[in-house]
Formats: sequence, structure tokens, C-alpha cells
Amino acid sequence: MHPSPPNPAQRRLWRFRGGLHLPTEKELSTGRPVAEAPLPSFLTIPLQQHIGVPAIPLVRVGDWVLKGQRIATSQGAMSAPVHASSSGTIVAIEERPVPHPSGLGGLCIVIRTDGLDKWGRLPKPFANYRDLDAATIRERIHWAGIVGLGGAAFPTSVKLDPGPNRPVRTLILNGAECEPYITCDDMLMRQGSGDVILGASIVMHLLRARECLIGIEDNKPEAIAAMRLAVAESDIRDSTQVCAIPTRYPSGGEKQLIRVLTGKEVPTGGTPSQIGILCQNVASLAAVAEAVTAGKPPVSRYVTLSGRGIAEPRNFAVRVGTPVADLIRAAGGLRGEVRKLVLGGPMMGFALHSEQVPITKGTNCILALTDQEAPPPRPAQPCIRCGKCAEVCPVDLLPQQLYWYARSKDPDKLRDYNLFDCIECGCCAQVCPSQIPLVQYYRHGKAELRAREQDRRDAEHARARYEARKARLAHQEQARQAKLRRRQEALTTSPTTGRARTGSDAAATAKDPKQAAIEAAKARVAANKAARAEQGLGPANTRDLTPAQQRQIEAAEQRRAAATAKTQPAGEDGKRT
Amino acid sequence: MTDTIVSSPHGSRPHRVDRIMLEVILALIPGTLAMIWYFGWGILINLTLAGLFALLTEAVALKLRGRPALPALQDLSALVTALLFALAVPPTLPWWLTLLGILFAIGVAKQLYGGLGYNPFNPAMAGYVFLLVSYPLAMTSWLPPALLAEHTLGFLDSVRLIFTGQPPPGLTWDAITMATPLDQMRTQLDQNLMIDEIRQSPLWGDFGGRGWEWVGNWFLLGGLFLLWRRVIDWRIPASMLLSLLLTAGFFWTLDPQTHPFPAFHLFSGGAILGAFFIATDPVSACTTPKGQLIFGALIGILVFIIRTWGGYPDAVAFAVLLMNIAAPTIDHYTRPRVFGHNPNNR
Repeated sequence: MHPSPPNPAQRRLWRFRGGLHLPTEKELSTGRPVAEAPLPSFLTIPLQQHIGVPAIPLVRVGDWVLKGQRIATSQGAMSAPVHASSSGTIVAIEERPVPHPSGLGGLCIVIRTDGLDKWGRLPKPFANYRDLDAATIRERIHWAGIVGLGGAAFPTSVKLDPGPNRPVRTLILNGAECEPYITCDDMLMRQGSGDVILGASIVMHLLRARECLIGIEDNKPEAIAAMRLAVAESDIRDSTQVCAIPTRYPSGGEKQLIRVLTGKEVPTGGTPSQIGILCQNVASLAAVAEAVTAGKPPVSRYVTLSGRGIAEPRNFAVRVGTPVADLIRAAGGLRGEVRKLVLGGPMMGFALHSEQVPITKGTNCILALTDQEAPPPRPAQPCIRCGKCAEVCPVDLLPQQLYWYARSKDPDKLRDYNLFDCIECGCCAQVCPSQIPLVQYYRHGKAELRAREQDRRDAEHARARYEARKARLAHQEQARQAKLRRRQEALTTSPTTGRARTGSDAAATAKDPKQAAIEAAKARVAANKAARAEQGLGPANTRDLTPAQQRQIEAAEQRRAAATAKTQPAGEDGKRT
Repeated sequence: MTDTIVSSPHGSRPHRVDRIMLEVILALIPGTLAMIWYFGWGILINLTLAGLFALLTEAVALKLRGRPALPALQDLSALVTALLFALAVPPTLPWWLTLLGILFAIGVAKQLYGGLGYNPFNPAMAGYVFLLVSYPLAMTSWLPPALLAEHTLGFLDSVRLIFTGQPPPGLTWDAITMATPLDQMRTQLDQNLMIDEIRQSPLWGDFGGRGWEWVGNWFLLGGLFLLWRRVIDWRIPASMLLSLLLTAGFFWTLDPQTHPFPAFHLFSGGAILGAFFIATDPVSACTTPKGQLIFGALIGILVFIIRTWGGYPDAVAFAVLLMNIAAPTIDHYTRPRVFGHNPNNR
């Protein structure tokens, strides 16, 4: 029935140094099919589910919203809009616990679902994406609020716009899923490979990429087969290759995957687009396909519920905003001695402080780990410099030296030993015989370095402003002095002074440049008037006056003359004193 | 449930310092048994004494420093130091010298510098060298290997020798002790004897001194175990032994009558023990891959130099200590290229 998947000669693969073979624990959750998570009674949708600026709410408490309706709009370029993941009434827009390592809350829109799960009006599906230009597709992707679904949650529309000077030659699909336990991408590739490949061909069209490489760890044979089949049936089959890569953590790290598939290294501090590569998570591409060809924003995603503390580990299709507690209930609840709940994988995820936090776009996994799986850490012992950490570091850092400098708070050395190249994969801490929480030290060290950098920038900024102000004031003062000098020179040498040698008026004029200017202006006006009168051009509004008006004018002139006679000497006196 | 929030990774971490130390101790067993076989009970008594003294010194030092003693004692590092020390000193060493050496090794070289992980020098070698320069006579009178000895010492004889300094009745010190083959080779070369003449003595086996040459093999076995268990890296032992072999080989080709056969260096003294167990002490050695190669190679060269032209019976301890000083500098200049960095400007 199906054409047999092509089995192309395996492309040459490279390797990155270091890394670890970890117990994969994937079988825990792949045994059961993906289930639809039940509709929760309340959806808590955070306004910030992406890297960048939080979205701004477009709805008010009491509004009735429909599924897929945009309820918050992006703010600036590095942001993503947020959509309602089911229909219902907005009951609150307030701080709620959100999934974040700090355990702090964040602004959320809370929807009381009405059980109808009714879709709102959606933009028109694009039947043929090949007729569209890049900007239109990107705009649709931005509208849909798609972010990196692998966990980083970087806005996809931003990533798909590397700029005109950075042509992307190779699109890489990240289906490595190297963290233990997590299987949501595996299940997606098994069941929705068509969507993933459609998304890939849309993005290839958008970027005008020439080839597409799909990296999947070889512990996922079903996903590899399904993806190969989907590629064979697609219109990008000639330019696309599904590569089974060796299972080795962290092969799913963007830079590591690029290295494995292409042999290239992303320059430090740079992005893959600098070397003509763009990397996308498979789930993000499925969401792109859905947004472009169906006009639907990604209101739900696959989430793995696993760990030995979960009664029935499996994957769920979950609406964004579903509380973790509801999901755990759907998976049969907790069992045994659960020591901690972790969001993400065991290597890079973070412990959850509350079961009430919602699933967000970037949540790929919830783990309930038992004492046996995540035993309480033994107290850290001194580093014996055994170098195991350096052996497994996938970016060839010297973690033992970084630890030393992080402890001795030596920021220059930390920078010198390239702390910022650390990807926080956790390999070093995993193998440390002294049980030192190395990653924690590095995160802290990075935060300190960033704070120091900020302080330095602030100080630099303040200094620059102070210098500029000083220069400006000096310049103003100089200009004022120069002007004054010029005026004085002009007054002492010009014929005016000669004429007004006597008389208090003239003396005052000589002393006061302002007065001199006024006099000059008056003289100019008088001259002008005289000239116009000579040409027979009086002021336009004083021509053809009625006798009554003429009388009024004369009366006014008289009053003015009288007033002038009274005030002028006093004014002059006042000036002189 | 979430009693402690700790940073990732969250899973169980399989490696432990005490396990590493335990594996080192296990790896020392074959060589130790061989030493006991060849040199008698004195070795065992020294090992026991050194171990006890080390744990005691460690506990007292930690107490004085106001640190909890139990976790540090449980990491077994003091025991490893004690074992290496005891295997390096002569089996006739008086007990109080063992105590003194351990006091220096653990108390000064390790704890005064901040304890495990902070010591710039290998503690066992620091203690050994301290004794060697202070008590050269006691430190250089070895027992002959059992297969050469005219008088073998029983357990009680050994105990009496170590605790009272009295040789067994009817015997003198000179009758029971003997210089090590390395020592003998050097003194006789100093007397302008040719290698061929020297090696005619029944003391010599195929490579080194009889008996002695086999001890190295048993330590080699333990070293391979450590390599297999990935407790140590191959770089330091390989580069140290290779450079010793090459340096010795170079001089031997220049003049085989005044420089012993290269394998003699490998199977004499503490070369094998040093290469696998002492130079690889992670705390005081280099940690970068390139640095380890340089570190090991320079130790090998130093061993040859000190053995050939120096005034001490063996050179491993001095060579290791000298290179310990250089380790941080070597590490600094041999940092590996970080992923994504241009090879030309790090």
C-alpha cells in the first residue's frame, strides 16, 4: 500500500567531543498512544511564553472568547501573540504562578472554558504556499505566535528572518530529542510526519534553502521510518535527507546537531545563519504547516508525562494553559514516593514549585521523579580535579577551572575561560564524583558577569552623558562669550557710537547690545515703511479707510503718544539703575 | 515533595570520590601482595601503621581546622596517600619515621594547604621526600628480595625491627639490609665499573634487580585496571614511561657500557608505580589533555636525569614534585580549543 521508505546511503556524519550515554528511559512513555488531554475547566494562559517582550492583552475580564482567537498581541519585534486555546469567558487577567525556574509569577489570562471548544474566525488558509512571498508567510507565522517548541521558545518568525545578507543554504530539522524520558517529538514524528515535512517544505520555500537535513537519534527507529516515508511522498524528497544520528547526549543541542550533520561549527557568540544554516524543531515546523495551510494557531501541543512517579506515563495533546495538575490527573495521578516535579528533561529542566502552573507553548515534558530516579543530592565534596567534567564537556571547556574561578569570584578569568560558551547541558555535573552542582555555579557566574557588564555599560553611558553635558555647556558659554565680544567690538567701532557720543540714550545703547538691536530693528522697519510709502504702497489694511475708522486711528495714536510720553523716561531710568 | 530545589541535572549521579579512591586501593593490591612476597612482613606492618596514622592525622587536622572530619575520612583519600607512602619507604623503616612522614604528608602537604583538592603537591611523595632528605640512611637501607636473602625475617622479627630498631638476635643491620638495585647500579657506575661487570652479580635479573623487576609488573596490572575503569587517563602513564624509555634509550645507544639498558629504568624503583598511581594523582597533576602529555613526558625525563646524575636512590618522587609545581602553568598554556572558536585566536 505504502511505498517502502527509501533507505538512502547514510550521509557522512561528524561527531562532537564529549557528551554522555545516558539511560534513555524513553520506553516509559512510548508504550501508550498519544491521548487528547481533557478540556480543563480553567485555562491559564501566560502572556509571556516566549523569549522577548510579553504580549499585551486584547481582551477584558468578562469577554467571551473563541478557540484560536488572538487574546494578546505581540509587543515589538521580539515577541509573539497569544491565542485562546478553547472557547470560554475571561475571568481574570492577573499574576499567576507560571513555569519559570525562579518560581515567580507572571501575568496570565484566565479563561473559564464553556465546554463548547468552538473555533473562532480564522484567517484564510493558504492553499498553495508556493505562490506566496516570504513576507506573507512570515507574517502568518508571526500571527500564529509560533515559537521554538523544543523548549527555547524563541519566536519562529524572527528566526526565519536572518536578514538579506545571510542566505540560508541548509535547513536542519531537530528531531534528536536527546534528553532522557522525553518522547513528544518522537510521537509527533511517528504520527504527524506529514505535517512536519510540509512545514519543512514551506520553510525551505520561504528561505530558498537548497537542502534539508533531518537529525533523529537512532534510538527512535519508528520515527526515522515514518519521516523517511513522509519525505519520499513529499515534493522536497530530492533535497531532503533523514539522518539517523548516534544516540549521545546532547546531540539535540543546536550547535551539536549542526556539527554532527554538517561538520561545521557555529562561531562562538554567533548564530547558525552565519554559516548558512537554520535549525528548527520538528514540532515548530508542524505548527508552521498548520498555520499556513489551515490558518490555525498552535493552541495545543504534545507533552510527555513521564517518570516513575506517574501512574500511566504517556504523551498528551494538551491545550496551552492546561494546569499541570490536570494533566497529572489525566495520567492516572502520582504514585510512590515522588521527590520532585520537573519541567523539561532531567538534564536541563527545572523543578516545579507548584502543580498549578500551566503548560505553555515551550513545555515539552513533565516528569514526576521518585527518590530512586532523583535521589537527594549528597553534600558536595571538594573538587579533586579528576577532569571527568572536561572529558564530557561537549564544547571543550575546562569545567574544573571554571568552577575554581566561579568560587573565587574571578570574573575576568571566567570570561577568559569562555564561560559564555557553556550550554548548561549538565554533562559535567552528571559525572562529577564530588557531586558539585557545577551548572548552578555557571549560571550564577553568567548572571554576575552580565550584571557586571550592565553596570559597566551604565557607568559608561552616564560618563558619556556627563562628558557631553560638560562639552555642551562649555560650548554654549564659549558661544555666548564670542557673541558678546563681537557685539562689543561692533559697538565700539561702528559709526553709531560716534553719533551718540553725548546723551544718556546713546550711552545706554552703547552699554546694552539688546537695546542696540531693538533700535536697529526699529530703524529697519522705518526705512522699509518709508520705501514702501515712496512707491505708493501703504499697508494694505489702511487703504480705503472710512472716515469713522480714520477718526478711531487718530484717537488711538493720540492715546499712544500720551502713554509713551508718560512711561518712557521711567523705563529708561529703571534700565539704568 | 519539593523539599529542596536544586539546579539541573536532576537524575542520580553515579560517580563518587570514595568509589574512585576505593578502586585505586583495589588496583594497588596485586603490587602490594608482590611486595609482601618479596620483602616480607615489614611492608604489611608499614601499610597498617601508615593507614592508621593517616586517618588519625587527617581527623586531628580537620578538627583543628574546624571542619567535619567524617566526610573527609570517608572519601578514603588519606588511606590512598598512606598506602602509596608505605609502598615507597623501606620495609625496615622505624615506626616513628612512618609517623613523621605521614604527619608531613597529611598534616602539612595536604591539610595545611586546605585539604583534599587544594594540595599543590602529591602528599605521599612530599612525605617520602621529607624523610629522604632528613633521614637518608634509614630511607635507603632496603631488604634484599626474599629469593636473594640469606636471612628472611619472620613476622615477629619484622615487628621488633620496626618498633625497637633491633635486628633479630645474632644478626647485624648490614647482614639483613641491602641497597636497592637502582642505588647499587649508580654507586657501581660511580666506581667506573662497566655495565657488563655490574650485571654479573647474582643480584640482577633480565631487566632490573631480581625480584624487583617483577613488582613493577604487578603494579602495571593494577594500572591497567585503573585505565579500564577509567579512573585514570592513559596520557600521563603513557607519556611518562615512553619518555623515560626514549631518554634512557638515547643515552644507552650513545654508550651502553655506562648507561643501563632502557628497560632497566622501567622495571626498577618506582617507575611503574609512579606512572600509574602517583603522577596520575588528579589534584596535583595537569588536567588538560595536552598538558597531561607534557606533564608525563617531563616527569619521565626528570626521572632519568635524577637517577643518572643525581645523588638519591630513586627519582620518581622528586620528578613528580617538581612537575607538580609546573602543572598549573602547563595547564594554562595548553587549554583546549573551545567549540566554535577560531583555532588561531582562542
